[in-house]
Formats: sequence, C-alpha cells, structure tokens
Amino acid sequence: MFSKHNAPKPQDPRLKAITEAIRVVPHFPKQGIMFQDITTLLLDHKVFKDTIDIFVDRYKDMGISIVAGVEARGFFFGPSIALAIGSKFVPLRKPRKLPGEVISEKYDLEYGSDCLEMHVGAVKHGDKAIVIDDLVATGGTLSAAITLLERGGAEVVECACIIGLSHFKD
Amino acid sequence: MSAYRDEDPRLHGIKTKIRVVPHFPKSGIMFQDITTLLLDPKAFKDTIDLFVERYKGKNISVVAARGFIFGPPIALAIGAKFVPLRKPKKLPGKVISQEYILEYGRDCLEMHVGAVEAGERAIVVDDLIATGGTLCAAMDLLERVGAEVVECACVIELPELKGRERLNGKPLYVLVEYLEV
Repeated sequence: MFSKHNAPKPQDPRLKAITEAIRVVPHFPKQGIMFQDITTLLLDHKVFKDTIDIFVDRYKDMGISIVAGVEARGFFFGPSIALAIGSKFVPLRKPRKLPGEVISEKYDLEYGSDCLEMHVGAVKHGDKAIVIDDLVATGGTLSAAITLLERGGAEVVECACIIGLSHFKD
Repeated sequence: MSAYRDEDPRLHGIKTKIRVVPHFPKSGIMFQDITTLLLDPKAFKDTIDLFVERYKGKNISVVAARGFIFGPPIALAIGAKFVPLRKPKKLPGKVISQEYILEYGRDCLEMHVGAVEAGERAIVVDDLIATGGTLCAAMDLLERVGAEVVECACVIELPELKGRERLNGKPLYVLVEYLEV
C-alpha cells in the first residue's frame, strides 16, 4: 500500500493483515486481468479500521480541507477519512451522475477514453486536497482527478491508494 | 412503525444542507443532492452520529448498502462489516442477484456470496428511499442468505412515493422527509 508520490512505511505491523485481506480474482472483468478485490477487506472490521487509521494518521495534521474520492471504490474509504480529519468530502464521478453544474475531465483508457466530473463550487482557491482511490494502475484516473481539483483552484497535496500496481508506469 | 428524530437539534442543520436540484435526471424529478451535506463536516458527522447512536451496541454485524457514502462510516463506528450491494457485473467473483421492478423496466442488485452468514443481524443503509424497490431487493438478498434485517436506514424519505409501505412491515428509520409543497 503506498501513495502516489511517497514510499510506504515498511514496518507498520498493520500492513500485513491489510495485504492479506485483499482478494485477487483472476480474469475479471476480462481475461488476463488479476482483479484486486478490496471488498474482502471491508468485511474485516479491524483491518478496515486499520486502513482508515493509517491514512488518518498521515493526513490529520497537514491542513487538508478536501478529501476527494474517485467513484465508486474511492467512496469506501474517502468519507471515513474526511470525517476523521474534519475535511469536506468531494465525490468525483462518472458523467451525468452529479446533478447541477459540473466540470469534466477526459482521460485515456487502454482502449478509448472516459470522463470524470466534479461539482462547480465544491472546491475553492486555497483548499488543500488529497485524492483517494482503491487502486492506482496507469494513473490515468488519478491524473484526471488532480486536474479537476486544480482547475477548481485547490492544491493537491497527495494521492492515496490502498493498492499500487508496480508493473504500471506512473 | 418507525421513528424519526424530529426533536433532535442536529436534524435542522442536516436538512438545510441537502440541495434540491429540479428536473434532474429528467423533467419532473426534484433530485435530492446530498453532496452539499458532505461539504459540511459538522453536518456530515451529525448524520453519521445519529445512525451510530441508534445502532451501536445492538449486536448489528452487517451494514449493507447500495450507496457507499454513509454505510462505511456507520459500519466502522459500530464495529460491523460493510457489504456493498452493486449493479450487475461490478462485483468480482461469485455473487447472488436480485431483480426488482422500476417505474419503467427492471434493475438488478448483486451481493457477494459468503459476505454475510446465516444468523447475522444486518441493517440496510441508503441515501434515500423513494418507492422502496431497491431497499426491498437489498433485504431479499440478505434474507436469502439467512441474515436478519433489523432495520432499513435512510437519510431522506420521499413519503409521497409510499416506499415505507413496500417494506412489508420492516422498520424504517429516516432523518429527514422531503415533501413537495
């Protein structure tokens, strides 16, 4: 488990159980992909709590005013972190889910492209933000998330994920 | 019968933070937008606290939810597992499915096999209850694996859509009602 820009704390004893709680499902959603299923982590209250606590310990004194979570699996973790550190929670969603005025950012997939949206006015100049998702692979989604927050005037301090797939480039 | 806490001073703050967006996603629907609630840390915390105060110490071991904003913090605070209920083909591995009727057409909710065990006491959490179709499907999934659904819990109720009656006597706890004036 590591964040996009910094190395993990290698000796945190909680990390072993967190790693073991994640289930790998082969060939989902398609052949060749070893899917990292974090829902098994959510079933273990202690491990789920440890996951949140590790992020909260890291961010609570950094003056973070925004926790942005990427739909949908970023929502499992982001709101709890936001509540614990006293920040706003801002959902970043697929197109046409957020009502009212939004800004959009396109990003590339392996084949084709997708789009992430954020509410206008959720973020303002001077906000310090972190972005939460369950997993970082190519970094395309996180890059789109960072761009949205920066377009809204926020400073993105860090991206935080449960899992990093080391065979993808940053 | 269910209860909602209309004397609790926190409720007013919660209700005023929910933004109503007219004609979304289509004409005629007054959409209840809870993202504005999430931008107010105190109101968001109050929302979670109201549910936690109700369910803590009641031996609830499962919080199941189709929306993922409120369920996980409640689960964490009461010491329960969190079980996401999802649209088809989102959950990897073995799932059980429950179809349900919409105003036009059908939809389907899925839950992981093995996530919940027989005899567990569960609550179902959602942002909003409208017709009650989704909550019924959620309860069906849990009951099919032998869990006991103790109560359904929602932030918002649209009472004119009579979702409460569709729950077949299962208790419903909501924080705020939205009535079209």
